Amino acid sequence: MTDDLDDLRALMNDATPRPDAQRRTENLMLAAENFDAHQGSRIAPRPTSRNIFSGVKNMLNAMTTKGGLTATTALVAVGFLFVTPQGQDLWQGAPASLTEERVPIVDKAIEEAPGNFAEDLLRTDREVASEVVADEADASLAPELMEAPVVVVDSVAAAPVQPLTQSSDVAGLSVSESVTPQAQTRTRAQGGTTLTFVDPADAIRPTESNTEAFPEAAPNPLKITAETPVSTFSIDVDTASYSVVRSSLMRGQLPPKDAVRVEELINYFPYDYPAPDAGEAPFRPSVSTMTTPWNPDTQLVHIALQGQMPAVETRPPLNLVFLIDTSGSMNDPVKLPLLRQSFMLMLDQLRPEDQVAIVSYAGAAGEVLAPTPASDRTAITNALNALGAGGSTNGVGGLEQAYQVADAMAEDGEVSRVILATDGDFNVGISDPDALKDFIADKRVTGTYLSVLGFGRGNLDDATMQALAQNGNGTAAYIDTLSEAQKVLVDQLTGSLFTIAADVKIQVEWNPAQIAEYRLIGYETRSLRREDFNNDKVDAGELGAGHSVTAIYEVTPTGSPAQLSDPLRYAAEETSSSSDEWGFLKLRYKAPGEDTSQLLTTPITAADAGSEAHFAAAIAGFGQLLRGDTYLGDWSYDDAIALANGARGTDLFGYRTEAVQLMRLANSLSQ
Amino acid sequence: MRMTTSDEDLALAAAGGDRAAFAALLDRHYDRLFAFCFRLTGARAEAEDLTQDICAALPAKLASYQRRAKVTTWLYKVAVNAAHDRRRRRATYAKATTGWGDWEVNRTAANADRSRAVDWLTMAMNELPEDLRDTLALVLDDMTHAQAAEVLDVSEGTISWRISEAKKRLRAIKEMEDAG
Repeated sequence: MTDDLDDLRALMNDATPRPDAQRRTENLMLAAENFDAHQGSRIAPRPTSRNIFSGVKNMLNAMTTKGGLTATTALVAVGFLFVTPQGQDLWQGAPASLTEERVPIVDKAIEEAPGNFAEDLLRTDREVASEVVADEADASLAPELMEAPVVVVDSVAAAPVQPLTQSSDVAGLSVSESVTPQAQTRTRAQGGTTLTFVDPADAIRPTESNTEAFPEAAPNPLKITAETPVSTFSIDVDTASYSVVRSSLMRGQLPPKDAVRVEELINYFPYDYPAPDAGEAPFRPSVSTMTTPWNPDTQLVHIALQGQMPAVETRPPLNLVFLIDTSGSMNDPVKLPLLRQSFMLMLDQLRPEDQVAIVSYAGAAGEVLAPTPASDRTAITNALNALGAGGSTNGVGGLEQAYQVADAMAEDGEVSRVILATDGDFNVGISDPDALKDFIADKRVTGTYLSVLGFGRGNLDDATMQALAQNGNGTAAYIDTLSEAQKVLVDQLTGSLFTIAADVKIQVEWNPAQIAEYRLIGYETRSLRREDFNNDKVDAGELGAGHSVTAIYEVTPTGSPAQLSDPLRYAAEETSSSSDEWGFLKLRYKAPGEDTSQLLTTPITAADAGSEAHFAAAIAGFGQLLRGDTYLGDWSYDDAIALANGARGTDLFGYRTEAVQLMRLANSLSQ
Repeated sequence: MRMTTSDEDLALAAAGGDRAAFAALLDRHYDRLFAFCFRLTGARAEAEDLTQDICAALPAKLASYQRRAKVTTWLYKVAVNAAHDRRRRRATYAKATTGWGDWEVNRTAANADRSRAVDWLTMAMNELPEDLRDTLALVLDDMTHAQAAEVLDVSEGTISWRISEAKKRLRAIKEMEDAG
């Protein structure tokens, strides 16, 4: 036995006991305490050399098979560093002897900045987290910067201003130059706020890093019809991107480029598209065309799907499992308290036969509320109120437990859904992203769907939210205000919870005789391979009851002066198709619970678009402006505002009015 | 999100003051660390205490983490050092009271009712000199000789020699037992 190491290893493995759970918890807490104590004892905060975005990138690569997500290789996580007032206090604590060594961020403009906006900033930027530019180049700088002392001279403290560091290659912000001796520092005064941009090489790394993650995807490129006539993608009914954009703009920042998904901006709004008649397919496609607002020589092809609204009274009973993140970071007015209020709003929409259970996955672990009829409002309210943020994630399989609870609640004919509410901590018990994806996909097959609600900024993991919701046949929404909760959980609750068509895929074949070039606006993270369209095994987006989905192509008719590519000299003659159809639209969907898809087809021909399509076009333009896409020429926010204002329609809920406000804000911020 | 972040990135974030990264890192490795401590000490209670020592000391050690090192390698290095410290302290204590030999005899006797194989293994491991035991603990933890060499700061050849030496001694112990 002894001369065989493998035997010994097996023996040893048998002999090794499991660590005592209580000691484990104690030891981990001890480590956390010592960690905090150790942080406090440092002379100055250590700069973070590199945040965890590269891990995020790996995850993205692992979590999606869809080409769009992996399209870029370089990680570009762009954002701002806000030095909070607290941070400044911390910095002031640095010994004065250090201050001579390096003076990186200080700038005359800071000293001269008007001080009367300080209070506003103090209030609003409390939770504004910093985002760190962490591209590959920065990573290589990290080791040197690690040891550099972080220093701020007193003048910063005197002028209560939020200095920002930002990599110089960030697009979308124009800045005026004012170079200082210490660092190449550019400042911009806007609405009383002074923002300081420091070149990465000169920048001191922030002491706190924002861990927000957004899927990176290059905008869909222009395609030449003769080469790739077919365009395939899955519908996207998420709205999270719009809320993220709004929350950024509302606090005076342009959103990170990757946070802007144009199709989610467009699909945030309810549209008055023609609904299907009874007995038809669960949704009705309609196609219309219009001259592109930003290019008179191209056309927009507007594809709209309107889902039917089944009679709400006859809806099946609902089983909802709230899986709630109660980690310490949720302890913030716009996180747990907002979550609580949001769910209270939603309770009013439930019916007595619906059931609610609550599982939390950090700190106090496990089932907080056993399945309870929605009529027992008191019990549910008490359970929600008893949720306290605190403690670290305990590693219990919160997600697994939530699904177990959901399975136990499920009866025939009922709809089960797990609603995950988090600020971005996805430490839900399964640590391997592929395993997590598979787990959720498995559960999807059993009929329990997953929706993800994001709360708060700073740690928001938009990329994972997207991936989870996509794999769980659910929607990802980001709740930044109570009115957003009202929209998602009250006004559109039925659509969020009841799927009327599953795996909805869109394929368009363009006619090269009519259309020289085309470009799909948005849907970068949703593109499918051409052969996936007919493969029922390939997952795609779900259409909720009463929801509508809009997709917009910008197409260049043959012979248009806007054509960007030259015809090939040696290529075969153009197709001789004499059809005057622009293209052919094919849709596949499955009735909920079925495995075989059904096909809907309709030709695309010129048809004048109504005001609904014009509003969608305005939003499409707005999104592309925010992304800094290159196809818009000198079309500006002003044009987007004019277009949107002209197509506001009835706007019962005021969503479109708000969108115009956001455009105006973005316009000011981008000046 | 943290679940997919590499160990190395977490360690760097932790070194930079990221509390959550530190917690995630430790949570991820705690069980393996404990198993390793058990191999080093050969007793559950000892392993728990040693793990506690390491947890307590780890925040201060983070500064010594270098990007180029694997986190497990670095962590095991910390563990081996902590084990040495502990043995030193315990040896002093034992000498001052009953003496190492008595302590070991008592402890072995207390373990007599455990399953024979495990008992034998624990006893045998305890009879090995410390350097051999440390080496064996690492290699039994699926570390390659090269990784073990890095943790213990010796050459790979030394590891290979120590392993064969440890096997030889274990075999000798076994034969002695079988004979007796």
